[in-house]
Amino acid sequence: MTTTRALSLLGVDRIHGAGNSAVHALRGLTIEVAAGELVAVMGPSGSGKSTLLNLAGGLDRATAGQVLVDGVELGELDAKALARLRRHKVGYVFQDFNLIPSLTAAENVALPLELDGVRSRPARQRALLALDEVGLEDLADRLPQDMSGGQQQRVAIARAVVGERSLILADEPTGALDSETGEQVMRLLRARCAQGVAALLVTHDAGHAAWADRVVFLRDGAALDDTGSASGPESLLPETAR
Amino acid sequence: MSIPHGLLALLDQRPMYGYQLRAEFERATGATWPLNIGQVYTTLTRLERDGQVVGQATDEEGRQRYEITAVGRETLRTWFTDPVTLGDRPRDELAIKLALAALSPGLDVQAVVQNQRVATMQRLQELTRLKRDAPTPSAEDLAWTLVLDNLRYMAEAELRWLDHCEGALARVRPPTAPPTSDPDPDAASDLATDPTQESLR
Ligand SMILES: Nc1ncnc2c1ncn2[C@@H]1O[C@H](COP(=O)(O)OP(=O)(O)O)[C@@H](O)[C@H]1O
Ligand SMILES: [Mg+2]
Repeated sequence: MTTTRALSLLGVDRIHGAGNSAVHALRGLTIEVAAGELVAVMGPSGSGKSTLLNLAGGLDRATAGQVLVDGVELGELDAKALARLRRHKVGYVFQDFNLIPSLTAAENVALPLELDGVRSRPARQRALLALDEVGLEDLADRLPQDMSGGQQQRVAIARAVVGERSLILADEPTGALDSETGEQVMRLLRARCAQGVAALLVTHDAGHAAWADRVVFLRDGAALDDTGSASGPESLLPETAR
Repeated sequence: MSIPHGLLALLDQRPMYGYQLRAEFERATGATWPLNIGQVYTTLTRLERDGQVVGQATDEEGRQRYEITAVGRETLRTWFTDPVTLGDRPRDELAIKLALAALSPGLDVQAVVQNQRVATMQRLQELTRLKRDAPTPSAEDLAWTLVLDNLRYMAEAELRWLDHCEGALARVRPPTAPPTSDPDPDAASDLATDPTQESLR
């Protein structure tokens, strides 16, 4: 184990706009996620959750403070290097899915791999595996417009977890899913973390946040509290109960 | 939890010894309501006195199995078919604590809510960890899995209720921190461009 975090936000501020209309979306926020760790972020609307993920994914830049992915400070990268790092290391599930309408489910999922130089046959095979993991193996050749919201959301999740990404960022990835499918997605994220991926998950759903190793409560752009690395389940129910 | 009804339900499957009843009870409830053997025998004695169970002849080791009677079966049937009413449950300490906290001048009620939120979330995480280690319950584990699910849903409901309390409190007793003025909370996601799409250009 190295001491490098998969993701570090260190004393980050993000102010949107300027002057009278300036909005202080994040205030001195520090959050670190280790490889293999699943961290959930909860907080009311407007508390800065999406801003936090956008900064972590290099889609937006901090006004002050540092954002590091695998020890690389994003603020020091030029646009091209940043784009490469994002494509290579970061899987991002957007709140509104962001699928490419003219591509099928499998093509959407395979695209980041192909952009990274994987040939189209193996890229498609891996895309099909990822779709299988989210229960969409039968819809691989369907266009987004012919899928339900929940199905599109799962395609977006498959696209984020395909390939060897070290960091998965997910903004409300279970919002359009029923409870059973939501649970399947949480199991998938946990499985990726067990393989060493770091994941940061924004959710309103306490039942899904509870799958995380740690839950951070965000308020007015700052981390109010977190649940720490929780103690073992032994404290709750004895093994003999099983 | 009604211990007499729990024991009757187990004895309705087959006659059992006291120590068996204790083990089966814990298994069915995931040990969320641990019983000691003394409670089991006290309850059996009372049930026998009321004609709900009868003790069988003692075996060579002096142990005695109990079996359910027709009267006991009738009691059990009524218990299963009658819904549990709110009045049957103990009052919830947390609800009372927060209600009183809201009345207490100078108390940081937001902090009371937040401390509870962290504790309840930790409990929900622990319960979820148990669930995640047992993905598909076998028939014999079903009973305790259902108890576990019940505890998870209760914890989720408590967290939702805490959010509600916080909102209600903030309207009546504004916190010291400035509230966010935010008509369009998800505006930030519009900023985000898909890295995949961007790379296509
Ligand atoms: N592009 C932007 N311009 C101005 N204000 C913004 C912008 N993006 C977000 N904000 C503001 O920043 C705050 C945090 O927003 P956001 O990160 O979207 O919160 P959340 O995802 O928790 O709902 C809100 O007050 C929001 O209105
Ligand atoms: Mg948001």
